[in-house]
Amino acid sequence: MTGNKKSPPEAGFETRAIHAGAHPDPATGARNTPIFQTTSYVFDDADHAADLFNLQTFGFIYSRLTNPTVAVLEERLANLEGGRAAVCAASGHAAQFLTFFTLLGPGDEFVASRNLYGGSITQFGISFEKLGWKCHFVDPTDPENFAAAITPKTKAIFLEVLANPGGIVVDLEAVAAIAKDAGIPLIVDNTMATPYLCRPFEWGADIIVHSTTKFLGGHGNSLGGAVIESGKFDWGQNDKFPSMTEPEPAYHGLTFYETFGDFGFTMKARAVALRDFGPALSPTNAFNTITGIETLPLRMDRHVANAQDVASFLETHPAVDWVSYAGLKSSPCHDLARKYLPKGAGSVFTIGLKGGYDAGVKLVEGVEMISHLANIGDTRSLILHPASTTHRQLSEEQRVAAGAGPEVVRLSIGLETADDIKNDLDQGLGKI
Amino acid sequence: MYSDDLLRNILKNVRTIAMVGASPKWVRPSNFAMKYLQGKGYRVIPVNPGHAGKEILGETVYASLGDIPERFEMVDIFRTSDAAGPIVDEAIGISETKGISVIWMQLGVINEDAGKRAEAAGLNVIMDRCPKIEYARLFGELGWAGINTGIISSKRPKLRA
Repeated sequence: MTGNKKSPPEAGFETRAIHAGAHPDPATGARNTPIFQTTSYVFDDADHAADLFNLQTFGFIYSRLTNPTVAVLEERLANLEGGRAAVCAASGHAAQFLTFFTLLGPGDEFVASRNLYGGSITQFGISFEKLGWKCHFVDPTDPENFAAAITPKTKAIFLEVLANPGGIVVDLEAVAAIAKDAGIPLIVDNTMATPYLCRPFEWGADIIVHSTTKFLGGHGNSLGGAVIESGKFDWGQNDKFPSMTEPEPAYHGLTFYETFGDFGFTMKARAVALRDFGPALSPTNAFNTITGIETLPLRMDRHVANAQDVASFLETHPAVDWVSYAGLKSSPCHDLARKYLPKGAGSVFTIGLKGGYDAGVKLVEGVEMISHLANIGDTRSLILHPASTTHRQLSEEQRVAAGAGPEVVRLSIGLETADDIKNDLDQGLGKI
Repeated sequence: MYSDDLLRNILKNVRTIAMVGASPKWVRPSNFAMKYLQGKGYRVIPVNPGHAGKEILGETVYASLGDIPERFEMVDIFRTSDAAGPIVDEAIGISETKGISVIWMQLGVINEDAGKRAEAAGLNVIMDRCPKIEYARLFGELGWAGINTGIISSKRPKLRA
């Protein structure tokens, strides 16, 4: 045997979007990933069962923990983000819960951008508080705001690199440096950009979360979420993360970081948080998402092209006061978008209507082809008035801070003919 | 970076492994690795002077590599990077009589000087890797846990080395 240390070049993104994690089925040779619609898996014998329950070997016990179809999606997402490992969950919200449950104990804190999906602001600010987890929200447009909010109890920083709904791009590299100095992980929600447009690990992020419901699945047919770890964060650098570095009572004193190394966070999130709270992804939803990801590069190119076209059209429309799309030169985030999202600034953005709240309601009711609903990242173009829907639970002050003031309408530009999207918006704006 | 072909060859050709630093406690990483490798058909002989003469997972524990009566092709080192140096030197000294062809240092164990000495003696050296994880990665199991194996292939996977 010779010490051949040369590795073949890594396959391109498009190749990995189709192949990573998916191999022909070992038993049947089935080429497409089968939907393993099963709750549970037989053990070879009692010793094999013990090994599985003790995490001493790899394999399947029960689909709340692992499922072969879900595992393909997990490996594919880890691969596309350039990470070490991933665990999927029933939704993006569940993925966030798994992440923070693995990181935090009662009394712990984290710092989050205030420009987040409205549901995340509610989850962090209200529901997490019941568990003793305190979130400090900061304006992300100045990275120093994150540093200023860090206390000795702070265990993480959380942000959306491309924020929903405001079209804000956060200076990822600068915030990653602040997290590194503080010895805490930077968690990035990369739902709006997808790994095709931005790979936060390349800028220093440590954990990525996704709502796979959006562009990854891409067809508006399946909920899902994912947590991905870079494998580069040193959990033993300080005493802030006992759940990673101290013996785990729920596993007979197993120490996850020591035992599983650079995929220890994923193992912990799966073996404790997913096991004990149960928000597992269904195999059918995983299958739909895997199929969606195969065309992610093609779809994102078209999403971005259509969004650029529609945003430019709206910027000059007489009923529109402003357009907040980082792909436009008028955006204060344009330079950051060119740095972090060189292939395009996604396809979700907001517009401000001259007619305020009432105009927003009239537009969402006046469009014909574009769907009035609370989702993003579908093949179909979608429209929403955040102040009356997704951001309704927030205070007026929070809404304005999150880029969801009364005059704001959010668009998720789909894959239809661009002229048809523009024509529908034009006739809808004509009804105001 | 070690090529997948090199690691596959090692895992296919080795049958007996001397594991230095094997622990009798089942929650320790070395015990995890030993049990997993036994399950894949390898014979794993534990070396741990603190437990010499006792048994771990059905195998007699020896105080040193030189005390092992049988031949073994690989030495798997679960010790600190510094402690790996003398272990490697002992392995080099008995490599011909024992048939040793591979020195494998575990995740986090990196001793470049010892590695160079072993390579100069004609041995294959792997550092900062775990044979359990690499076996699982190369033979289809690691992806089951959502871990990025980096493997792209349209061939039907073989689940055993």
